[in-house]
Amino acid sequence: MRIKLLFASLLAFLGIVPAAGARAEINVGVTLSATGPAASLGIPEKNTFALLPTTIAGQKINYIILDDASDTTTAVKNTRKLLAENKVDVVIGSTTTPNSLAMIDVVAEGETPMISMAASARIIDPMDGKRAWVFKTPQNDAQMATAIVQHMLDNQVRTVAYIGFADAYGEGWWNEFSKIAEARKIQIVGNERFNRADTSVTGQVLKILAAKPDAVLVGGAGTPAALPQRSLKEKGYKGLMYQTHGVANADFLRVCGKDCEGTFLPAGPVLVAAQLPDGNPIKKVALDYVRKYEAMHGKGTVSTFGAHAWDASLLLAHAVPEALKKAQPGTPEFRKALRQALEKTTNLTAAHGVFNMSPQDHLGFDQRARVMVRIDNGTWKLVE
Amino acid sequence: MDVQIALLLGQDGVTNGAIYALLALALVLVFAVTRVIFIPQGEFVAFGALTLASLQAGKLPGTVWLLLAMGMAIGLIEGATAVRARRFHRLPLIILVNCGAPLLLAASLLAVSPAGLPLPVQVLLTLMLVVPLGPMLYRLAYQPVAEASVLALLIVSVAVHVTLTGIGLLFFGAEGSRTPAFTDASFTVGDVVLQGQTLLVIVASTLLIVALYLFFERTLYGKALRATAMNRTGARLMGISGDLAGLLSFTLAGAIGAFSGVLISPITTIYYDSGFLIGLKGFVGAIIGGLASYPAAAAGAVLVGLLEAYSSFWASAFKEVIVFTLIIPVLLWRSLKTRHGEEA
Repeated sequence: MRIKLLFASLLAFLGIVPAAGARAEINVGVTLSATGPAASLGIPEKNTFALLPTTIAGQKINYIILDDASDTTTAVKNTRKLLAENKVDVVIGSTTTPNSLAMIDVVAEGETPMISMAASARIIDPMDGKRAWVFKTPQNDAQMATAIVQHMLDNQVRTVAYIGFADAYGEGWWNEFSKIAEARKIQIVGNERFNRADTSVTGQVLKILAAKPDAVLVGGAGTPAALPQRSLKEKGYKGLMYQTHGVANADFLRVCGKDCEGTFLPAGPVLVAAQLPDGNPIKKVALDYVRKYEAMHGKGTVSTFGAHAWDASLLLAHAVPEALKKAQPGTPEFRKALRQALEKTTNLTAAHGVFNMSPQDHLGFDQRARVMVRIDNGTWKLVE
Repeated sequence: MDVQIALLLGQDGVTNGAIYALLALALVLVFAVTRVIFIPQGEFVAFGALTLASLQAGKLPGTVWLLLAMGMAIGLIEGATAVRARRFHRLPLIILVNCGAPLLLAASLLAVSPAGLPLPVQVLLTLMLVVPLGPMLYRLAYQPVAEASVLALLIVSVAVHVTLTGIGLLFFGAEGSRTPAFTDASFTVGDVVLQGQTLLVIVASTLLIVALYLFFERTLYGKALRATAMNRTGARLMGISGDLAGLLSFTLAGAIGAFSGVLISPITTIYYDSGFLIGLKGFVGAIIGGLASYPAAAAGAVLVGLLEAYSSFWASAFKEVIVFTLIIPVLLWRSLKTRHGEEA
């Protein structure tokens, strides 16, 4: 008897679900790294999804947010689940490059557009049949590396040493940076690796000091990138210090303290939104995001990583009305139309830059998407 | 590599090695007494360091809530057991120890602002918050399955480790913390500058090791632990409670872990998940000692620290590979040298 009743209610429930689907809500599947090694990037992204509008062009948007624990296998599993069970129209994620690369096959097979929040250019390059479905919002590493090399040249740096994470992030930066630096005739005199969880980098730092570089670039993300810098200062290094945009959050300033004074790094304009000149169109969008985020999480909590999620939603808000003209959400036609609309994004001002996409370029940022920043009295200062 | 660099690296290696040695001793102790391979040992380091950092930042550390929750859970279990056995007179003591003491600690933390307290008091508070988690973990996770096989206990350890890491992320966030140095003093010996902080780590570790030695050699409880480690059944026949031995060894492990965390947090940035790798390196040291010999474990751990320092100079990308590959020749040598019986 009870089983029958359960069955009946189950059937009734199943009956309701397709009915709700018929009203054609848009399902956005999100997988991000809110736990694990990339959590410092994933958590602000996750927080950002709570700020997003729940309707676009009058259509209700459902965000289905899953955590992949910074793990590639879980990211793939999440993506399959989002496609098969939640029938999502678009996937946003993941936070890290390895996860995003692994998801490409899955979304291409399911013919669903994907917007990655990870940095590496390899996610959208070289453009092929599978990557046609993949877009990304963060600046490419190469773009940031070019900014650093340019700044080094402007400051008469002749020799440079690199110390980076012993993982995909550090390797990616090493590849981009060494290529560009050598092309611009800056001599690389050191190349060291360290681990996120290392308790000491004395060995690496001593080796770098022995090479006497004019500048040192630390290729790390979040607070772990403070360790080599503090060790270098402790051992009496006096040259220029560069960090990557991976450190652009308030915790880095807290952990690194006064050892990080005068450090240069390239970053998305959202980091110094309030200091941008009034004529810059990005200022308004970036400040809007900063205000909304800090209203919910408190002053000084905003980081550039969450803004990548914000930009992904801006892309969607731009593309969804176009796609709605062609098909109903939940259908393969809608996903195809959404992909095409995303690819046609032109002159869309976001918190990190201005998107101008093309079939060959699924990021579409130009030089406006990065600024050089100096750490000054424990705050980020825009370098003119 | 000149002499100065070699000496600096040696100093760095010995400092880290001293921390690894403390953890290796705790691992050997816990394994000998309870047959538990205590993977969550490293979590105590992280919790100790991050609790101290939260106290100094004027925040209420999340470990308070963990302590309260675990105290309540144990209070419930013990209370229910006492009621079922109709031993109502034991109830007040059970409630006072498991729920009252953590509540008192939490209330006093809320009442005074911990950021303004002198450093020794902050360290003491940290130890009071983190050390009891050791015996509480034993009571909740290990005591119910104390007679299970080593493998089953290992699986429990993995579960506890994963849970504690998750709780750590919840309490302390993804970003790390570093506490200010205990001392800014530095000494110049010849060409080499000795940091006061690193000397402090080495001296404190050595003192703790001596204290442990005295505890095991001179006190009744220490002797009881040694007896349990040698022969569990025999010790029980002599009236040494297995549960008490377990609780005691976990208390010591918790104390060593939390103390290591306090020592190491001014030297490096500690994250909610840093403990695992630190504990693992202590484990390599403990393996060199065959999970049985205390001096060999300590020496092995210092060797790990030195190897780590020098390999970070020569081949930084392969540092962890070199450190953990050390375990293979050691295991080979040990398996050739010793004859194995079934779980003794």
